[in-house]
Amino acid sequence: MSHPLIEMKNEYKIYIMGTEQVYANDNINLKIYRGEFVAIVGKSGSGKSTLMNIIGALDKPTSGKYFLNGRDTSTMTDDELADIRNKTIGFIFQQYNLLPKLTLLENVELPLLYAGVKASERRRRALESLGRVGLKEKYSQYPNQLSGGQQQRVSIARALAGNPSLLLADEPTGALDSKTSREVLNFLKQLHSEGNTIVMITHDNAIALEAKRVVRIHDGKIIFDGDTEEYAAKFQTRN
Amino acid sequence: MLQSFKLAIKAILSNKVRSLLTMLGIIIGVAAVIILVSIVAGYMGQMVEQFEEMGVNKITINCRNMNTRHFDDSDIYTFWDEHPNWIDGISPSVSLNSAVIKSGNDNLDSTSIIGVSEDYAKIQKYTIEEGRNLVYADVAGRSSVCVVGAYVANTFYGSSDKALEDTVKINGKPFTIVGVVETQDEDNFDEGGTDDFIWIPYTVATKMGRNGFINNYVLISSDTVYTDDITNELKTKLYSIFKNERLYNVMANSSIIKQLNESIGTLTAMLAGIAGISLLVAGIGVMNIMLVSVTERTREIGIRKALGARQGVIMQQFVIEAAVTSTIGGVMGIIIGALATKSIGAMMDINANPTVWAVILSFGVSVAIGLIFGYVPAKNAARLNPIDALRTD
Repeated sequence: MSHPLIEMKNEYKIYIMGTEQVYANDNINLKIYRGEFVAIVGKSGSGKSTLMNIIGALDKPTSGKYFLNGRDTSTMTDDELADIRNKTIGFIFQQYNLLPKLTLLENVELPLLYAGVKASERRRRALESLGRVGLKEKYSQYPNQLSGGQQQRVSIARALAGNPSLLLADEPTGALDSKTSREVLNFLKQLHSEGNTIVMITHDNAIALEAKRVVRIHDGKIIFDGDTEEYAAKFQTRN
Repeated sequence: MLQSFKLAIKAILSNKVRSLLTMLGIIIGVAAVIILVSIVAGYMGQMVEQFEEMGVNKITINCRNMNTRHFDDSDIYTFWDEHPNWIDGISPSVSLNSAVIKSGNDNLDSTSIIGVSEDYAKIQKYTIEEGRNLVYADVAGRSSVCVVGAYVANTFYGSSDKALEDTVKINGKPFTIVGVVETQDEDNFDEGGTDDFIWIPYTVATKMGRNGFINNYVLISSDTVYTDDITNELKTKLYSIFKNERLYNVMANSSIIKQLNESIGTLTAMLAGIAGISLLVAGIGVMNIMLVSVTERTREIGIRKALGARQGVIMQQFVIEAAVTSTIGGVMGIIIGALATKSIGAMMDINANPTVWAVILSFGVSVAIGLIFGYVPAKNAARLNPIDALRTD
């Protein structure tokens, strides 16, 4: 616990739209430690997706520093970013983003494949991971044979397979009905209680309240960073 | 790597019609190269063979004799005496084009009549079927004898043995038939064909001819290795007589064959080049499909990159897919090309075999096409920004 898992110092992400500069991230300073469960909340256009891309090492800041697991990503090459994503981050996407032509097993194996894990080990770990989300028996099926909730569980299994330091969930319940949303959130909570670090991006205050800590983004700036209870008192009434 | 091959085959199978259409260009291109090259090689090979049958060792001399400068039979026989080991046989060849030939009351209009020496049958590799060949005594004694082709014997005398000792009238002068040559070409056993000829001693023919000169000689070397020596020596000798290279010509069959082989090579390369253009077009087809494939799979590429695929891995996946597509097309093209070569060869009645180098070349080219034309689309795929790629639906 010496250094934070995520540390942003004066992070800016600026897009040029024609002649105008758009500050998608405007001087973000943020530290997230191991074992935390953080929700990043904001309306659409607030800059939360930009922030999630930078946290996920899918993009680099325009200026400022971003340290992921103590390493500065702002100077990394495309391949170095790919490696750090592969080893450090497990992505859970709103649209699940499973590859439709691969079986569940093959989908879950993907991050291990890119990490260079050998075939037998890959299979063992992927099956184990599928077991954790309760879909081990369906390993040879294809994503379109599954319900939305099941697909999201597969994508969680895929995120877990590489044993990453950080689970990064982008609107994980955005495409699900309230019942399956509940299940997925409970599962994330369970993973948190098992010691995983989770960062969840959402536009929905009610979902954000499931986390332990809430960071609210507005116009590219952090306007709130604190405990869920504190956040609830301040923001819940006027989402 | 293995994974990339599996993925490639999966991608090809998941879009069977499109993959087949993409391959079709390669299939046609490869098959075209093989068919064209092999058929031409087979056809030309047959031509060379025919030339060889006529005798690789044969050398012909043509000259335009004048009263002041001339090359006659004594000159050529002297040349033989000077180089006894080089030469196996020599014969002047004196055509009597306007001679009137009669057998009884029949006119032999189409029959060619030439004055030759006793070596002529050997030079032409003809065998006497009945009677005897011309001999030196006939030539030296200017005997009124002749040897006839099988067509003449059969048509005008009924058979070879009936023709013997009968006569044929040339310009009113009777010639005794002393020999009949074996049938040479059954397919062309007709007027003006290979077997429609009469040989008489060249000494007689020269006398009957207009100017009494011998303009054509044919000789056969004892071995092909002497061809160049004989040709060069003869040219030197002829130059010393005529002082003008345009008045004579020495031609060796072996050098004709050599020239023929050279032009076959050029022709084959040209045809392969033309067929190669269709391979290039096929390559552009592969590139086009791969570009479409990359666009269609932008999201897949984004997911893979987000999960940690390096540029090289993505690149490899698409290059291998392109290479596998074109290689499968290439193999199919080779099979179709080989089968087509065999059947076309059979139809044209030539012995056409798929040339090894055409097969290797077209296979290599089709693999290379996949690699080269797959490169640009694969590079595009590898460079996709994962965020943009994930955003597309």
